[in-house]
Amino acid sequence: MFPRPIQTQPRAAQLTYSAVLPIALTLWLLPLIAVAIFSVKPAVDFTQGNYWGMPSSFEGLTNYGQVFFDSDMPRYLLNSVLITVPTVIGAVALSCMAGFALGIYKFRANLVIFFMFVAGNFVPFQILMVPVRDLTLDLGLYNTKTGLVLFHIAFQTGFCTLFMRNFIRALPFALIEAARVEGVAEWRIFWYVVLPLMKPAIAALSVLIFTFIWNDYFWAVVLTQGPESQPVTAGITSFNAQFRAAYHMMSAGSIVAALPPVAMFFAMQKHFIAGLTLGAVK
Amino acid sequence: MAVTDTSPPARSWYKRNEIAVTPWLFLAPAILFFLVYVLVPIYQSFSISLYNWDGLGEARYVGLENYVELFDDSAFEVSLWNNLKWLLLYLLAIPAGLFIALFLNQTVAGIRMYKSLFFFPFVISQVVVGLVFSWFYLPNEGLLNNIVTFFGFDPINVLGDPALATYGIIIAGLWPQTAYCMILYLTGLNAVDPEQVEAARLDGAKGWKMLWYVIIPQLKPATFIAFVVTIIGALRSFDLISIMTNGGPFGQTRVLSFYMFEKALSEYGFRMGYGAAIAVVLFLIMLCFIAYFLFSMWREEKEGR
Repeated sequence: MFPRPIQTQPRAAQLTYSAVLPIALTLWLLPLIAVAIFSVKPAVDFTQGNYWGMPSSFEGLTNYGQVFFDSDMPRYLLNSVLITVPTVIGAVALSCMAGFALGIYKFRANLVIFFMFVAGNFVPFQILMVPVRDLTLDLGLYNTKTGLVLFHIAFQTGFCTLFMRNFIRALPFALIEAARVEGVAEWRIFWYVVLPLMKPAIAALSVLIFTFIWNDYFWAVVLTQGPESQPVTAGITSFNAQFRAAYHMMSAGSIVAALPPVAMFFAMQKHFIAGLTLGAVK
Repeated sequence: MAVTDTSPPARSWYKRNEIAVTPWLFLAPAILFFLVYVLVPIYQSFSISLYNWDGLGEARYVGLENYVELFDDSAFEVSLWNNLKWLLLYLLAIPAGLFIALFLNQTVAGIRMYKSLFFFPFVISQVVVGLVFSWFYLPNEGLLNNIVTFFGFDPINVLGDPALATYGIIIAGLWPQTAYCMILYLTGLNAVDPEQVEAARLDGAKGWKMLWYVIIPQLKPATFIAFVVTIIGALRSFDLISIMTNGGPFGQTRVLSFYMFEKALSEYGFRMGYGAAIAVVLFLIMLCFIAYFLFSMWREEKEGR
């Protein structure tokens, strides 16, 4: 193990390490801690210039209550859910199938198609912006959640297929051959043999895509406009316009907007990291 | 009767070609989506960049005029330089992430919680990161200036100063990116071969030497991924700029991706063709990296067989 385990070091080093850890963490998360404190402060603290001191009273309930009952925030949150969940399902479904095709079968165009997906995944969004916006307008899907979902599914399919294909390639091929010898139809091999084995990959990918899509801002701005379809990342700017310079409200709003992926991450940490670090180790 | 006549051969044609046909059936939906929303739009952007078009009316073919105009556009030049700054400085996330990973690669009580909390910034949307950092930088009330004035210096208006604003935004971007690189390296460090480390230790290697000659070579896959995601992240930077400065002050924090958006979709006019031309330039820059990434992966694939 590197660096050398702290347990083998002198007692002083161990004590220093355990003292430095929380300090380092606090510094690292300082901006977030500040926002968390902001969000429970009363408005009067900001007018009196008490930005960084202790809250003069605890107004967490009032502030968050206002976010939920006195703003468009719940609507934006719902939009985000209605955009994120179908995208996750769509992208995972498409990439399971594509990954199966690319991971199991040997045919001439295999690598070319695989690399097409990989390359598309690296493309800067801006090169797609004008045509995709135009296409969405033509389809009558501008400023709808469906328009966003369709695009997100298509774009995320690149990354997801890379992920799934590599996962499927690592499965024991003998299983598929055995099934073929038994005369099992190919689609049944997919459904009954491969898919059950892909559960961990599906879990990892779902959490990851959920976070990516929830946090998307660019496409939300390009393809949607108003509270009826904008997700929370775009909605937060109108929210902030509503509560201009009301830092306690903006902080509470930001925390609410950021929370779902954070909750997802802490609930499914193992899967999340497995997804993120795919390929980082051989 | 007719059914029984035709269906067995049709069925057997599928059966005979099952292995050849199935992958295409499975690929069809993904390829269709990808074609419509990714590949065709790339081509379309190239062609739109040769037109003058406001997004609604008739498009007028102007040849390379948009590109010629780019040469004299000082805002474009600023954006290009800023992109370069982003690229270079963003790479700092890689050593910083490695450093934190090394710091956290211990087995003391509660270390898992520490690792997750250090990773925290990456999970939060960049919009929120941008907001948080813009409050941190506030000219009078911001925490940064509270600290700066506490040590007796003059307060600085990071985001209001054309010379500093871009760096201020990049620092905000480095925060989640470092967390990302950290998690990549933590996983990589887990997979480092303990026997090699022990052997190197017996040979007297330690500290920096050990890190440089034994550990880092073994972390190569993690470094590659970190490099890929950092480069892509740097060139895609948009959210933070849009939230923190909206391109200002005086357009000094624009990057290509932001400038393109501004030209094509903001109140400054809907110049789709010009926007597309900027996007094409950004795409070509990216293409150098994409080619390198794909080449590396391709080589790996070939070795893997």
